[in-house]
Amino acid sequence: MKLEQNIVTESRDLSNKNLMLEIKDLRKSFGDNHVLNGFNLRLYEGENLVIMGKSGSGKSVMIKCLVGLMQPDSGSVFVMGEDITKLRQLALDELRTEIGFLFQGSALYDSMTVRENLEFPLRRHKHKFGDISDTTKIVTDALKSVGLVHAIDLMPSELSGGMKRRVALARTLILKPKIILYDEPTSGLDPITSKEIIELMRNIQKEYKTSALIITHDVDCARVVAERMILLVDGINYAEGSFNQLLQSKDEKVRAFFK
Amino acid sequence: MFNSLKIKSFFIEIGELTFFAHRFLKEVFSRPFEFKELLRQCYYIGNKSLFLVGITGFIIGLVMTLQTRPTLEEFGAESWMPSMVSISIIREIGPVIIALTFAGRIASGIGAELGSMRVTEQIDAMEVSGTNPFKYLVVTRVLASTLMLPILVLIGDAIALYGSYIIENIKGDVSFLLYFNKVFDALQFGDIIPAIIKTYFFGFAIGIVGCFKGYFCQKGTVGVGLAANSAVVFSSMLLFIIDFIAVFITDIFFEI
Repeated sequence: MKLEQNIVTESRDLSNKNLMLEIKDLRKSFGDNHVLNGFNLRLYEGENLVIMGKSGSGKSVMIKCLVGLMQPDSGSVFVMGEDITKLRQLALDELRTEIGFLFQGSALYDSMTVRENLEFPLRRHKHKFGDISDTTKIVTDALKSVGLVHAIDLMPSELSGGMKRRVALARTLILKPKIILYDEPTSGLDPITSKEIIELMRNIQKEYKTSALIITHDVDCARVVAERMILLVDGINYAEGSFNQLLQSKDEKVRAFFK
Repeated sequence: MFNSLKIKSFFIEIGELTFFAHRFLKEVFSRPFEFKELLRQCYYIGNKSLFLVGITGFIIGLVMTLQTRPTLEEFGAESWMPSMVSISIIREIGPVIIALTFAGRIASGIGAELGSMRVTEQIDAMEVSGTNPFKYLVVTRVLASTLMLPILVLIGDAIALYGSYIIENIKGDVSFLLYFNKVFDALQFGDIIPAIIKTYFFGFAIGIVGCFKGYFCQKGTVGVGLAANSAVVFSSMLLFIIDFIAVFITDIFFEI
C-alpha cells in the first residue's frame, strides 16, 4: 500500500545531476523470509542519501548487494552505469575502487598497523596514482583528512572506537572513491564522538566531492547529513523525501522513526 | 531422523569442501599471484610449528626405541633396532604423528583467524577494496601448509631418529656412525618417496579444511570457536583417510 503523503517530492531538483547508483526492483529472500521486495533507489552525484529502517529490514542486505558482496534474487544494481550483477570479477574489482565502504564495526585488519591497513587497498590499484612506489604520502594525506596522522604506526587494538571509525574512513578514502557507503557510521559511539564522525562525513563530502549513501538508525545523524531520505519498510521504499518532509508526515510507520 | 540429518549435513559439507578445493585449484594458477603473502605464510606456518614438530619427533624416537628394545632383546635381535625404528618412523609414524600435531596447531589457527576475520567483516572489507580475499587468504595459506609440512616431516623424522640413537647409545653403546649406517642400509627409496608424497596431501588437507571452516564461519564468537575446533577434528579424520589411500596405493606400486 502506497500512502499518498509518503511519496513526497524530492527535496531539490536532481534531474540535471549524474546518476551514481541505481537500484531497480531489487528482491532478496532467505528461505521464506522475503527481505527485499522490489526496492528502488537512485543516488545522484554529490548527494547525501540516508536510508532508515528497523533492524532486520534489509538495509545491510541492500548495501551488500550494492557492492557485489551478495547476489540479489532479481533486480538490477547499476554503479555509475554498470550493472554489477553482470560484471566479471576483475571488472568488478576495478569498479569497486570507485566505491568506499565504511563498515559498521570498522572492519580494520587487526593483524596490520594503521599504515598497512591504509596501504592494503593500494596494492592492486597503484595505477590510480600513476604507479608510484612510495605510498607514505598518500597514506599520510588520507590520515590527515581524518586528523589521525599520529596514529600511523599503531595497531587497531590500540585505538578507541572513534579512532577506529576514523581510520576505517581514511581507508575508504585512500582510493579517492566517487561514492561512499556508510553502514551505521555512528553506531556504538558516544554522542560526542558521533558528532565528530558526522562532521567528518560532511567535511569529506566537501573535500572529496563524493556522493554518499548512509544507512543509519541515528535520527540526529540523519538530520545533519541527509539531503534526501528513504524509509525502508517491509522490503520496499515506504517513504521518500527530505528530513523535514518525513518529520511532518502523518503516517504512523513514518512517525515511528522519529519518536 | 537425527542421524539421517547428521549424515546428510556431513555429505553436504563434503560437497562444499570439494567445491572449495576446486575453487582453490582454479585460483592458484591465475593472476595476480600473492608471492609476498605466500612467503610470509610459509615462514609463519613453518616457523610456528618447528619447535612442536621437533619435540614431537624427538619423543617419538625415544619412546619407540625404549618400548621396542625389551622385546627385541628377548629374541637377541637388538641389531635390528635401527632398521626397524627407521622404517616405522619414515614410512608411517613420523608423517602421521607430525601431521596430526601440525593439524592441531595450524588448522585450528587458520580456522580461528579466518573465522574472526569473517565475523568482524574483514574479509568483506578486503573484497570491497578490490582484493580477492580467496587468493590473498586461502590460496596463500593452503599453499604454505602444503609446502611446509613435507619439510617439517623430514626435520621431525631426522630428530626422531636422533632420539632413537640416543637411547641406543645409552642402552646398547651403539655409535652414531654405526646407528645411521644401519638406518641407511635398511631404508630404500620406496620407503622415503611415498611417505614424502603423502605429506603434501596431508598439508593440503590441513590447509584447505582450516581455510574452509574459517572462511564460512558462522556469526559470533561461538562460530569462531566452532570453526577452530571442527577444523582440527575434520582435518585429523581426513588425514587418516588419505593415509589409508596412500598406503594402499604404495602397496600396489612398491609392494611393501
